[in-house]
Amino acid sequence: MNARGERPILEIQGLSKQFGGVKAVEDVTFQVAPGDVFGIIGPNGSGKTTLINCITGFLKPTRGSVRFNGREITGMKPHRIADLGVTRTFQIMRPYFSMPAYKNLVIPLSSPRAKRVGGWRGGGRHGDRNTVAVDILEELGFERDSRVPYKIAGTLPTGYLKRLELGRCIALRPEVLICDEVFSGLSASEIASLVPLIEKLRDQGITIIMIEHRLRELFRVANRVMALSYGEKVVEGEPLEVIDHPKVREAYLGSEEGFTC
Amino acid sequence: MAQARRKERIDRGIKVRSDSIYALSSWEEIAYLLGPRALLIGGFLLLPVVLLPSPYWSRVALSVCVVALLAVSFDFLANFVGLVSLGGAFFYGIGGYMAAVASTELGLPPVVAIPAGTVLGAAVCTLLLVPCLPLRGIYFAIITLMYPLFMTRLIEATEILGGTEGFRGITGFSSRWTEQYGLIVVTLAGVFALRRFLAEDAGLVIRAVKDNDQAVRASGINVTWTKAKAVFVAALFGCFAGAYYVHMYRNVGISSFALDLSIMPIAATVIGGSGTLVGPLIGALLLVPLSELLRDFGSLRIVVYALVLTGFVVLQSEGLMNFATRKYQQFERWVRV
Ligand SMILES: Nc1ncnc2c1ncn2[C@@H]1O[C@H](COP(=O)(O)OP(=O)(O)O)[C@@H](O)[C@H]1O
Ligand SMILES: [Mg+2]
Repeated sequence: MNARGERPILEIQGLSKQFGGVKAVEDVTFQVAPGDVFGIIGPNGSGKTTLINCITGFLKPTRGSVRFNGREITGMKPHRIADLGVTRTFQIMRPYFSMPAYKNLVIPLSSPRAKRVGGWRGGGRHGDRNTVAVDILEELGFERDSRVPYKIAGTLPTGYLKRLELGRCIALRPEVLICDEVFSGLSASEIASLVPLIEKLRDQGITIIMIEHRLRELFRVANRVMALSYGEKVVEGEPLEVIDHPKVREAYLGSEEGFTC
Repeated sequence: MAQARRKERIDRGIKVRSDSIYALSSWEEIAYLLGPRALLIGGFLLLPVVLLPSPYWSRVALSVCVVALLAVSFDFLANFVGLVSLGGAFFYGIGGYMAAVASTELGLPPVVAIPAGTVLGAAVCTLLLVPCLPLRGIYFAIITLMYPLFMTRLIEATEILGGTEGFRGITGFSSRWTEQYGLIVVTLAGVFALRRFLAEDAGLVIRAVKDNDQAVRASGINVTWTKAKAVFVAALFGCFAGAYYVHMYRNVGISSFALDLSIMPIAATVIGGSGTLVGPLIGALLLVPLSELLRDFGSLRIVVYALVLTGFVVLQSEGLMNFATRKYQQFERWVRV
């Protein structure tokens, strides 16, 4: 139980990850409550992506544990964790470059989880998944009647690839959605169009963890924020508490990152 | 006055629709799409009739099918799954031995022994390859190259599976027509079924593994399991070739694991066009008879063979099928404006 008396959906306890001598993540503990939009901030190289990789099974933590809905998931295979409903986007986008955009979503729609909990329209065969994929893309801001959803993913600009990353997660009907810098590399107007989408997903009951450099946009949606520096947790709390924390100002804002954008 | 006319590419408008939906409006369009396929299938089906006077060339036609099956298996693994397998001979040999055991030890007729050898052989191959699935590129290639060599030495040393003698007295086919059409029909059906399978969602997932396995993991799909299923499918093709061939020659020996059986299909794939599945069929159709004709050159055979291959790779590196597809799609017709 946390301070607000809710049972956390994710509990990270004493998590550490070392690469040889480099301590990328060091003894990080935090909890995420259901329905939270939990922000993680920190300068480049502060261990945010490594932390996500440890939570989602793409890396094995050196020490510490990860619990999802009270269940130990530390060291599970990534596809098992995704299957349980903890999904993530990749900071370096990983589309299927040779396939059309909508086919990129047919893959997660063909996964055991999507078949089990998806409840997508039609659900079953070939044609249906293609339609559902285009539905999801439309929700993500791909113009349905344009040619964009049918274009080869390798030819799409960054903004669409970021949405495709989100689409892969949404197709799995996740309980937890972890976004690794989905706003970076996007224009202000593109971000403005994505923020309502994040809010909509939150309102659907999906718990969201957002790693962001763009503090202004992050603070519009996040209700809790944690700051990392050199792999260690510096502070966690309400957005305004965090921003006022001297260490955050020094480590993060002192370098003029974030608010300058 | 003459009517205004302009040139238009025939595939315009067909391509978009034909990729997923089959709603073609005219017989002309249907002919355009199905023509090449019909030509290929018809050609293969006519082979036994055309080659009737020559038992020798009839057998060569069946060797074409065997190499084609192994080549399709290679093409599928390399270009759709991302596993470069040099182990065609492994699939072939295991399938052959399994079928031979089914025939000689259990006394099963070909109609049972061949499918049994195919499926059991593919299962065995897959089980043995599963530990290697996390390997990539050259490492997987080397392991698959080692397996047939390993099998040869193992059989020699331990005298299992008939030792160096192999198995004799395998039940043959009831007639020459059964023998010929059995292999040709299954080869064609296999290739087109595989193309169809790859267009389905399950096939798409396999191709996704090649594109980006991390994204597949993040989609909650077990990559190793997916690869294992793909290896099983590829092994079915190779094992079937082996199982069928031992029934044609009515014996099996360690030569079933010969290196040629791994190399020739790769050459056929390169010539025919990688990543097309039909290309390897065409590659085998050219390469196997060529290799037979070159027998007259005696020891120079390999030299000529190598020159032809090199020439192909240098001058036509995309492969015949890719070249032909590109040209075919550029066919134009006159339309009234
Ligand atoms: N695979 C790896 N091998 C070695 N060092 C790594 C690896 N991944 C990350 N690191 C190191 O771990 C630290 C944290 O990196 P990362 O988690 O990517 O930070 P962030 O996402 O906050 O920018 C960096 O010093 C980085 O160089
Ligand atoms: Mg990062």
